[in-house]
Amino acid sequence: MDKFTTLTGVAAPMPLINIDTDMIIPKQFLKTIKRSGLGVNLFDEMRYDDDGNENPDFVLNKPAYRNAEILVAGDNFGCGSSREHAPWAIKDFGIRCVISTSFADIFFNNCFKNGILPIVLPQEDVDKLMDDAERGANAILTVDLEAQTITGPDGGTISFEVDAFKKHCLLEGLDDIGLTMEKSAAIDAFEARAAVERPWV
Amino acid sequence: MSPKTLYDKIWDAHLAHEAEDGTCLLYIDRHLVHEVTSPQAFEGLRMAGRQVHAPDKTIAVPDHNVPTTAGRENAETMPEDSRIQVAALDSNAKDFGIHYYPVSDVRQGIVHIVGPEQGWTLPGMTVVCGDSHTATHGAFGALAHGIGTSEVEHVLATQTLIQRKARNMKVEITGKLRPGVTAKDITLSVIGETGTAGGTGYVIEYCGEAIRDLSMEGRMTVCNMAIEGGARAGLIAPDETTFEYCKGRPHAPKGAQWEAALAWWKTLYSDDDAHWDKVVTIKGEDIAPVVTWGTSPEDVLPITATVPDPSDFTGGKVEAAQRALDYMDLKPGTPLSEVKVDTVFIGSCTNGRIEDLRAAAAILKGKKIKDGMRAMVVPGSGLVRAQAEEEGLADIFIEAGFEWRLAGCSMCLAMNPDQLQPGERCAATSNRNFEGRQGRGGRTHLLSPAMAAAAAITGHLTDVREIM
Repeated sequence: MDKFTTLTGVAAPMPLINIDTDMIIPKQFLKTIKRSGLGVNLFDEMRYDDDGNENPDFVLNKPAYRNAEILVAGDNFGCGSSREHAPWAIKDFGIRCVISTSFADIFFNNCFKNGILPIVLPQEDVDKLMDDAERGANAILTVDLEAQTITGPDGGTISFEVDAFKKHCLLEGLDDIGLTMEKSAAIDAFEARAAVERPWV
Repeated sequence: MSPKTLYDKIWDAHLAHEAEDGTCLLYIDRHLVHEVTSPQAFEGLRMAGRQVHAPDKTIAVPDHNVPTTAGRENAETMPEDSRIQVAALDSNAKDFGIHYYPVSDVRQGIVHIVGPEQGWTLPGMTVVCGDSHTATHGAFGALAHGIGTSEVEHVLATQTLIQRKARNMKVEITGKLRPGVTAKDITLSVIGETGTAGGTGYVIEYCGEAIRDLSMEGRMTVCNMAIEGGARAGLIAPDETTFEYCKGRPHAPKGAQWEAALAWWKTLYSDDDAHWDKVVTIKGEDIAPVVTWGTSPEDVLPITATVPDPSDFTGGKVEAAQRALDYMDLKPGTPLSEVKVDTVFIGSCTNGRIEDLRAAAAILKGKKIKDGMRAMVVPGSGLVRAQAEEEGLADIFIEAGFEWRLAGCSMCLAMNPDQLQPGERCAATSNRNFEGRQGRGGRTHLLSPAMAAAAAITGHLTDVREIM
């Protein structure tokens, strides 16, 4: 997995609440057997018209945000399906950090598996960053995972919380499966115990 | 011993490792796999030279992508990209030696219908699948939730999940339901009450007399949509209804093992004085047949209500409601029962089981669907389909003017050719009314199977109680 340490980039505002994973990557793009190449279809139905032309009003089509690396979003971002294609598409587009007041659980978890940092902040902080993001090309934020801070264009700093284990994995770019396999003795012991206690499983 | 919730008990029974920082490895008893969220996971195993840790606990079935029309055994009839995904599952199942129900098998169907039907899902188990509606299996008192593809790979490789414990939420539905009110109305009404993020960070246990009175199939409908309320998992404590359903299923325990299992299952309930982080109580008698009007499952109202005005809401919901009404082409103040529909879809992991088809057929018997209506029944599995044919339900649907399809996810998520065209409006028994969910520009109203059948007859959203 790609490491996440610090990120300085343009933040795009998406204040809409309940942005679901069908919006992030519609179903017709789930027929792939690869993880890559989904960025061009990120937010496909909002981003393109019926003929496939770019909708100029959509935030990521505006010149200032075409290279956005951070998203500031409304409540409950990533609700709906478990499709990991959603974070794959976000990352493939070039976004490595999403900030909101709340995320759906499965999406939130999926982000960490793909080197994307989702940050939960109180409403007033998200409002402030949303204002910053509205400033177009000047909407530059710096996210420092080690320090757990976000620095805005005016130099103000906001702190955020992150699970210590998930932070460690992101900072080091660690592979979950490799880490778990180091605990295979515990898994083997559990299986031996369960085979006696619940042999029908 | 301190009092525990049902969730606490299942969690404790599956904790394989706990690190000092509280990060846990939860052992997984059943891993269900389908063609859309698994190819990259199997590819990951191959790249790393890893095996499936417990192939005997891993069950695969193609459902999301498969056509539901006759002749589909011939893979050449499938669109190229769908065919490749299904073929990938075929070969991954074979190469890694996991249980598999291919399209040609009568037991094939929607993964969340096949698991319980075959007895793979049992009380007290941990169940995962790369699909958010895995919550369905919570109806058995199994801790079941959806996972992403990286986690699918992790479970395939290690049979565990890295987890932190969620909080406990109790949703109690007291008393009896009124006539015409179903499990679907319960689960939608709960989401209407809590919002789509109300369950985020929680595992919900549904309880109360109205839940106890539900059949296993109704309970599966309730738990299925726990995720629509934000909760990763929904649970219902197992009881005689559960045990009766499980007994004799192909993969349920037999003989002495059944007795041993039963003894443990009977301990799976929340202790009286267990701690709840959040409690929601709804009176069963207050629940009406409901429909959704917007593009989020929380946009739900009784069929007797009118389309709301965005100004009725506060905060970000004002803009979201306006956007939803624009997308749905609805005007505030319009009675919901006057909203015309041109398509009816009965099926999905929410409402594609035999009791759902019986409920719809009871409304449709001897009647015809509205002229110009496109109506489709997609049974949740080949076995549900066969049973419906045996009971004469298929004839009722066909005579009413419904298309009688083969099993799959179909128009619930429209990955296969079963899709809405832009502007089409569908009364659907599925679980999501998101923008574009059933096809780009398509409009979805979620409701129960009986309500869907009523809408098929009248051509508009209809209070089923007027037809019963």
